[in-house]
Amino acid sequence: MEPTLSQYLLVSGALFAIGLLGVIVRRNLLIIYMSLELMLNAANVALVAMSRFNEKAETALDGQVMVFFIITVAAAEVSVGLALIVALYRKRQTTDVADLATMKL
Amino acid sequence: MEGTLFNIFAGLTVLSALLVVANPFSRNPVTSALFLVTTMISISGLFVLLGAYFLAAVQILVYAGAVMVLFLFVIMLLDLREAARRKLNLVSLAMGIMAVGALFSVYKSSIESKYGEASQQQEVAADTGQAAAKVVGSTRALGQALFSGDNGFILPFEIVSILLLVAMVGVILLSRKEPR
Repeated sequence: MEPTLSQYLLVSGALFAIGLLGVIVRRNLLIIYMSLELMLNAANVALVAMSRFNEKAETALDGQVMVFFIITVAAAEVSVGLALIVALYRKRQTTDVADLATMKL
Repeated sequence: MEGTLFNIFAGLTVLSALLVVANPFSRNPVTSALFLVTTMISISGLFVLLGAYFLAAVQILVYAGAVMVLFLFVIMLLDLREAARRKLNLVSLAMGIMAVGALFSVYKSSIESKYGEASQQQEVAADTGQAAAKVVGSTRALGQALFSGDNGFILPFEIVSILLLVAMVGVILLSRKEPR
């Protein structure tokens, strides 16, 4: 039996919820960053599923084009974010957000 | 067949995502990163099931390849030792789980009210052989959608390329030894 749109959306929602939980609960900056990636990928799954079940032929691939752009932007975001984490670690010698509570360097 | 594969990939995705966030056996960030690779690969399996072949390949190349190498590189560069188990703040943990659970249940019920019946109708249509033509995101089709015609995406494409250039320059600037 072919899986339905709501099943795909459910997987996407579960993935997003897990990512959000990671951002809220975990305190290691790198793990928080990985959870952000999970949330972005949840959006990607939802977009591709919507594109697959879109019935208008002329806009059928728009969801996949959007995912293409999201992947590119996410790659740029990861590189900048990890550079920030490395710069922060040089100053403070920690990646625990509980130790990074002040804005003073 | 497709349903079985969907179950396998969906279960693997959710399970390994859970292990990224909360691994009961290890607090090592490297373990989380490797489970993130598993998640990305099973998501690309879902993309294949959805007919998005090009995106499945890009997902493996960019995420499981480039992004995860970057993550592992930074983890090893920072030389994070296994973090000492601090006392978990149980209040914040419970509040986080409650908030996320509430959000997920709202999302789930809204999906079921919006798409539950519609997808059942679609199943009926598929049974009677009137299913909509399957969208196939092959490389050729996606390239044509990106670059051809009036509703192409040439301008966003160029903007994204400039964004990548800006990110590259920014990373070099941020990771210099002595930023002035």
